[in-house]
Amino acid sequence: MNVFDIIGPVMVGPSSSHTAGAVKIGYVSRKLLAEPIQKAEILLYGSFLATGKGHGTPLALVAGLLGMKTDDSRIPDSLRIAEACGMEVTFGEADLRDAHPNSVQLNLTGVDGRRLEVVGESIGGSRINIAGIDGISTNFSGDYPTLIVHNLDQPGHVAEVTSMLAHKSVNIATMQLYRASRGGYAVMVIECDQEVPRASIAWLEHLEGVQKVTYYSLKDGE
Amino acid sequence: MTVAFETLQGILDSAQRENIPFWRVILQDDCAERSVSAQQSFETMRGMYRAMKEADAAYDAQLRSASGMAGGDGEKLARFRAQGGHLVGDYLSEVMEKAVKMAESNACMRRIVAAPTAGSCGVIPAVLLACEAQKRVPEERMVEALFVAAGIGEVIAASASIAGAEGGCQAEIGSASAMAAGAVAYLEGGAPEDIVHAAALALKNMLGLTCDPVAGLVEVPCIKRNVSGAVNAVTSAQLALAGVRSVIPPDEVIDAMRRIGHLLPACLRETSQEGLATTPTGQQIARRMRG
Repeated sequence: MNVFDIIGPVMVGPSSSHTAGAVKIGYVSRKLLAEPIQKAEILLYGSFLATGKGHGTPLALVAGLLGMKTDDSRIPDSLRIAEACGMEVTFGEADLRDAHPNSVQLNLTGVDGRRLEVVGESIGGSRINIAGIDGISTNFSGDYPTLIVHNLDQPGHVAEVTSMLAHKSVNIATMQLYRASRGGYAVMVIECDQEVPRASIAWLEHLEGVQKVTYYSLKDGE
Repeated sequence: MTVAFETLQGILDSAQRENIPFWRVILQDDCAERSVSAQQSFETMRGMYRAMKEADAAYDAQLRSASGMAGGDGEKLARFRAQGGHLVGDYLSEVMEKAVKMAESNACMRRIVAAPTAGSCGVIPAVLLACEAQKRVPEERMVEALFVAAGIGEVIAASASIAGAEGGCQAEIGSASAMAAGAVAYLEGGAPEDIVHAAALALKNMLGLTCDPVAGLVEVPCIKRNVSGAVNAVTSAQLALAGVRSVIPPDEVIDAMRRIGHLLPACLRETSQEGLATTPTGQQIARRMRG
């Protein structure tokens, strides 16, 4: 925690967890989808569902999905802006078990047809945790450039990804591996100290056995 | 170079050892922690001060929160003050007005500066902005005062808590009040010793304060409690400037707050399961919000 966690952040109220954290979950999810959103199904859970309306949580999530940051004064108008942009938004209740009290599941479809399911948690202050992607458990904060590779569970994929990162002088901050079943569907989540070049991500996407690559960049507009 | 102070005494010792003002210790600590220059750190803090000022100026008396509970009270206080209605002096009247305005803006989804939290965002700007307006203090001094507040807040965050869900309202409005008390003591020419005792005196008055918000919203009792936090900051600073000392040393007061926070039952720590939240009216409002 530094002094600007104490005096700051500048944010749209009323709640760092239910408003600012919700904006951040939407923002990170949009970047993970990597294309403008055509359709967003927003499923609220726990305290997000119970007290979200009074905290502007739905507005905050939509604002983030539109690419707004936590201090954007247009957050209260986000539903109208989404409509004007042609983003279709629906709300419902999430069927999550043992999830964090401030959780949301986002089912997103991009303008070019890409789909993504994200479970986000607002874990205190305006800090968040992305707890799931496409049904697989994950844990990352959105504070680092993050590479998520979905691949078949077979030997060599971790080596391919990590040697590419080494080759591009990208240092790995944290790395997590998950799989649905042996030889089945697997995911690696890698938080990096540097940005991963776009061309390298495109290269990964074409590797045999790699099914999908999602990337969260800290840079604006990417 | 040290990182993030865990005691107020540690800040006092550093200031004395290096023969620099209290605020400068905090700035230097930030420079070391985030690898930035002194000027960058100062300008970032100036940005926070200006954001507070903009948020105060942007108050809209017509706005109401989604629950309908919050909005318009800042305007009532402004009108009362303009008509010369004073039980307290004009400085405190302005502090009260600004505290409500900022907290209402927060409830109505306007842009504010969390200090230390969104729910307590009115306390520090109320005390500082009214001071600048009434005493024509240069902006540089106000930014320095924010570093003083940040230092006190860092110590409380490191050795107790600034989250209502962990420590109750004493951790939010109480911390903000202690931070503001130290800041205003500094602005009034207080010595480092006065700063930490102002903070301690303010925090003592807030010990045990519960977090029992109606319908789980940052509105009742939070908004008006920003007023008591701000006024308490000013009176505590005046005590310290007059030479009054907290019998319990400042760091021991913070530790008492930490222990009290742990003893508070969960139903009084931001869960809305007791207190004001479960009064008949509180429950009625909660039902309306769910429906």
